[in-house]
Amino acid sequence: MTDELNAIRLMDITKSFGDVLANHNISLDVRYGEILALLGENGSGKTTLMNILSGIYYPDSGHIIVGGEEVSIHSPKDAHDLGIGMIHQHFKLVDVLTATENIVLGLKGDARLNRKDLNETIGKLSAKYGFEIDPAKKIYNMSVSEKQTVEIIKLLYRGAEILILDEPTAVLTPQESEKLFKVLRNMRNDGKAIVIITHKLNEVLAVSDRVSILRKGCSVGTVITGDTNRQELTELMVGRAVSLEIERPDPPAIKDAFLKVIDLTCVDSDGHTVLDNISFTLNRGEILGVAGIAGSGQRELCEAITGLYPIKGGAILCRGETPSGSFHENIVGKTPTEIIKKGVAMAFVPEDRLGMGLVASMDMVDNMMLKSYKNGKGPFTDRSTPKKMAEHMIKALDIVTPGVFTPISLLSGGNVQKVLLGREIASSPSVLLVAYPVRGLDINSSYTIYDLLNEQKKKNVAILYIGEDLDVLLELCDRIMVLCGGKVSGIVDAKKTSKDKLGLMMVHADSEKDGETA
Amino acid sequence: MNLIRSRSAVEKKEPFVRMVKRSGITWRKAYLIRALALICALLTGALIILLLGHNPVSVYADMIKGSFGSRISRIETIKIAIPLLGSSLCVALAFKMKFWNIGAEGQILAGAIAASYIALFHHQSMPGPLLLIFMFLVAVLAGGLWGLIPAVFKARFNINETLFTLMFNYIALGFINYLQNGPWKEIPGGFPKIAMFAFDARLPKVFGVHIGWIIVLALVFLVYGYMKYTKHGYEISVVGESSNTALYAGMNVRKIIIRTMFISGAIAGLVGFMQVSGSDYTLTNYTANGVGFTAITVAWLSKLNPLIMVAVSAFLAILQKGSNRIQTDFKIPASAASLLTGTILFFMLGCEFFITYKLIFRKGQKNGRNR
Amino acid sequence: MDVIVNLFCAAVLAGTPLLFGTLGEILTEKSGNLNLGVEGMMFMGAISGLAGALFYENLFSVPGGIPAAVLAVVFSFLFGMLGALIYSFLTVTLRANQNVTGLALTIFGTGFGNFFGDVIGGRSASGYAAVGAATKAVFQNIRIPYLSDIPYLGKLLFSYNFLVYLGIAVAVTMAVFLNKTRTGLNLRAVGEDPAAADAAGINVTKYKYFATCIGGGICGIGGMYISMVICSGVWVNNCVSGMGWIAVALVIFATWSPSRALLGSLVFGGLSIMRMYIPLGIPSQIYDIFPYLATVIVLIATGIRQSREHAIPKSTGVNYFREER
Repeated sequence: MTDELNAIRLMDITKSFGDVLANHNISLDVRYGEILALLGENGSGKTTLMNILSGIYYPDSGHIIVGGEEVSIHSPKDAHDLGIGMIHQHFKLVDVLTATENIVLGLKGDARLNRKDLNETIGKLSAKYGFEIDPAKKIYNMSVSEKQTVEIIKLLYRGAEILILDEPTAVLTPQESEKLFKVLRNMRNDGKAIVIITHKLNEVLAVSDRVSILRKGCSVGTVITGDTNRQELTELMVGRAVSLEIERPDPPAIKDAFLKVIDLTCVDSDGHTVLDNISFTLNRGEILGVAGIAGSGQRELCEAITGLYPIKGGAILCRGETPSGSFHENIVGKTPTEIIKKGVAMAFVPEDRLGMGLVASMDMVDNMMLKSYKNGKGPFTDRSTPKKMAEHMIKALDIVTPGVFTPISLLSGGNVQKVLLGREIASSPSVLLVAYPVRGLDINSSYTIYDLLNEQKKKNVAILYIGEDLDVLLELCDRIMVLCGGKVSGIVDAKKTSKDKLGLMMVHADSEKDGETA
Repeated sequence: MNLIRSRSAVEKKEPFVRMVKRSGITWRKAYLIRALALICALLTGALIILLLGHNPVSVYADMIKGSFGSRISRIETIKIAIPLLGSSLCVALAFKMKFWNIGAEGQILAGAIAASYIALFHHQSMPGPLLLIFMFLVAVLAGGLWGLIPAVFKARFNINETLFTLMFNYIALGFINYLQNGPWKEIPGGFPKIAMFAFDARLPKVFGVHIGWIIVLALVFLVYGYMKYTKHGYEISVVGESSNTALYAGMNVRKIIIRTMFISGAIAGLVGFMQVSGSDYTLTNYTANGVGFTAITVAWLSKLNPLIMVAVSAFLAILQKGSNRIQTDFKIPASAASLLTGTILFFMLGCEFFITYKLIFRKGQKNGRNR
Repeated sequence: MDVIVNLFCAAVLAGTPLLFGTLGEILTEKSGNLNLGVEGMMFMGAISGLAGALFYENLFSVPGGIPAAVLAVVFSFLFGMLGALIYSFLTVTLRANQNVTGLALTIFGTGFGNFFGDVIGGRSASGYAAVGAATKAVFQNIRIPYLSDIPYLGKLLFSYNFLVYLGIAVAVTMAVFLNKTRTGLNLRAVGEDPAAADAAGINVTKYKYFATCIGGGICGIGGMYISMVICSGVWVNNCVSGMGWIAVALVIFATWSPSRALLGSLVFGGLSIMRMYIPLGIPSQIYDIFPYLATVIVLIATGIRQSREHAIPKSTGVNYFREER
């Protein structure tokens, strides 16, 4: 009888990757007609566990019981057949196909693809749930939230009764998240079982009925959402009582502009404007946050400033460190090497750590010399200095690695980020650009990163922080600039604004700009 | 509900076999796997020999005898290994950069054409040693330029270099055909062939083999050092891993691609010079004879390490010389060499999987459930 | 006018092996596999087609005929498939590098063709491998009463050997398959984004194997065309001579569309026989370079203007492993 209530029962699931034990004897129940939050830090094994349910991974041991019967799920197709559907954090949609084509992908049916009829059916289905979507629209023309809608319709069209959503709000504005929650509640009332993977306590409290908490690959308990609170959940998630407040040292009282960006405009290779007349000032000793929906021009902004992205118009004035004086120097059109030669010590921690900031297959020593390998005369490289630097860094930042000659790709996400940020800070920069520096990191590593940034801030470094978690931006930064579609929708004082205000600015470039302090 | 029906469709069994990434493997075990793969490849070859009605053991033995048995056969084997090793170095430099240069063949021919031009038409204008040095220089330059053109298009417009370099092989070959039949023909109206070089334009011999073997061995160490210890070598590795990272590091990716391909082509050009001046004493459309392709095999099997290439190219040279021998002795076509090379490469490519992953087979039904 | 008609007909005949090669590789690349072994698979098809016909002739001691020709088609398809099967096993199951595996297949296939060409030749009385007259006749251009006699049109449309029509039929079928069927849609999804296809319940491995193997079979038929039609049923060493590689380039020219492959192979067929129809007063060896030179120009031209819709399937060249992290 009890099993009939349970949509899914997981028993003693274990899964390891090489030496890493991602899931260790985890047991979990999912019920129809409820929203279960799966809470845990990054790296606690939430996604792995749900990937096992959706057929992406196969467990080393353990049992999966669906509707009272033991099953074994070898592939996503098996999961579909059991009525399990998952929306991954990185959407599994084919860019060049339309919404309809993506929705019917892989399903049985007439050999001939009748696009007209299918579009109609899907149009009706989405109308029933109150979605607004054009079935014939190509995915690459869609916004993030539209893509998410397509994923939800895809699951509904396939008759999924158990829906798993992996960090669904990570890419949404607060308003879009609220809309999504409404949809989820409707589906719950419709009798479906819903699992939402998250590490955000607010969401857990706002939308779930029960919470299961994972820590370091182990299950630490399940509580009824109504009976718990932030503090208890934090303790369960982290394992000890911690304050989740981020330190924010005061910036210098006298503003000392280091970087002045004036009417910066960039166009991508397809001719679309990706940065549209961006203007802002970055002061010494402050952290300027940048918020915005993914793809609003954040990456291009960082790369344009560091000389990696072609600039169509505008100016970037930078305080040169030359002895002749400290006048602002325009660095537009200069290559990264030329910018360094101008005496501008610029450090950049890019979003793509292993694809841009570091060379994954190389060891720490070779990665240390990435930007400085040209130092020294003669045709040969010097590996003794970077080796010393790597050894020092391992001690100073508590980097866990078998040794300086281990390929970076074998390190955990947090350690990779420490290596990258550590190298950039070691160049004693006067301006530091960091893009999504805590993405995928557990809480401990995240706080190490915040501390390192604050340390630099106290050293009077000007810091540009591209972030996605609005809570972090609000706590860490001094001012926040919001980007929307490549435009600046406003620059606000972080102490005087709210998440909702930022959310509105993220979708309306021309919203009111009150509270602007720049 | 339809859930009930479909549930029974899902097997309740562990998959028969699944693969898991190894967390590490000792080099001894890795080499054991590779050795096994090589043996399997040779066994496959033995099977074909058996099907043709010969005794594999005596055929293989004959191959070894044919490539080592006498002083002459040893010299011949080394003469096959020299261009192979040289071209492998050319290929390795480009491959390290993930630039798929399969145009070593054409770059060899470009160097050979340039060297032949000097040898045929300017051999009287300078003394012997100077002539050879001059031939060397123009060959290196010509090979480099032939490699440079696809690199420029790759660097500027991201044009697919695989096909580009390959087409350049055929163009160089077509040009030699033209020279043979037209302007460089030895006897007008006669058989389409180019005259033999004058003695001044021939490379001297050391221990019975032309001096190219010393040149190419020196080159092995030069390329090894260049890739491992120089700033250029570091740049090549970074560009090969990710051009985004290279740009981020402030490298001029275009310049690095073009420079490296010039060096790669130049090495091939040098090989072309050694072929016409040391081995054939003339230019024919067989000057390169597929060595540029076999070199890809050598480079890959050696994991782009020049020191290992010495052994691998020697091995493939033995295979080729041995195949010539079994053609006379057993009437087995000499193209067996490339058939066997392909087979070995298949096995070596496949065996890497077993070095990276291990297979887990389904446990017996008895203890499968309650572990 | 006659010159143009003759040139067109000759171009069609010369371009057909390229058409098969291009179509085979389009199907392969649609599954995300970049198989650079087209040349090798064409060699394998060329020799096995010839061997298949000879096998029939020797078995019944007849000079061949239609059954021998059918066997040639079947054998070349199967051996092209065999080459592609080796490639698929190495890249899909064992995750070997696609570039190098394709090159290895070219080395292997070239050796395979020349080796067995010599072996078969060495065992026949004449000393070279050649099919009988009746088999050869099947590969001759057809003549349909009345239709072939229509001025110009008859020659332009109804004067080719049966493989030409087979090639056009394959192109049309493939175009319909890719654009109008569910299976075609699934295949495109596999090539574009195997992770998304997998999550949608498509068996990525199965699709990759099938598309690559059938593609290889089609390439094999192209190779058989070379040995049976162009070389008139006699084995000539190194007969494929780069046509497989031009086919790989034509895939880019055709922007992964089977219907444009028809145009591409016609143009390149024309280039390869131009010297017989358009005298430019240059040595014939220079004419021989034209197709290769044109390929380079096509590469440059298509490389410079790229669009999202008519681009290479996104995952091409990269192996897919579901559990990779």
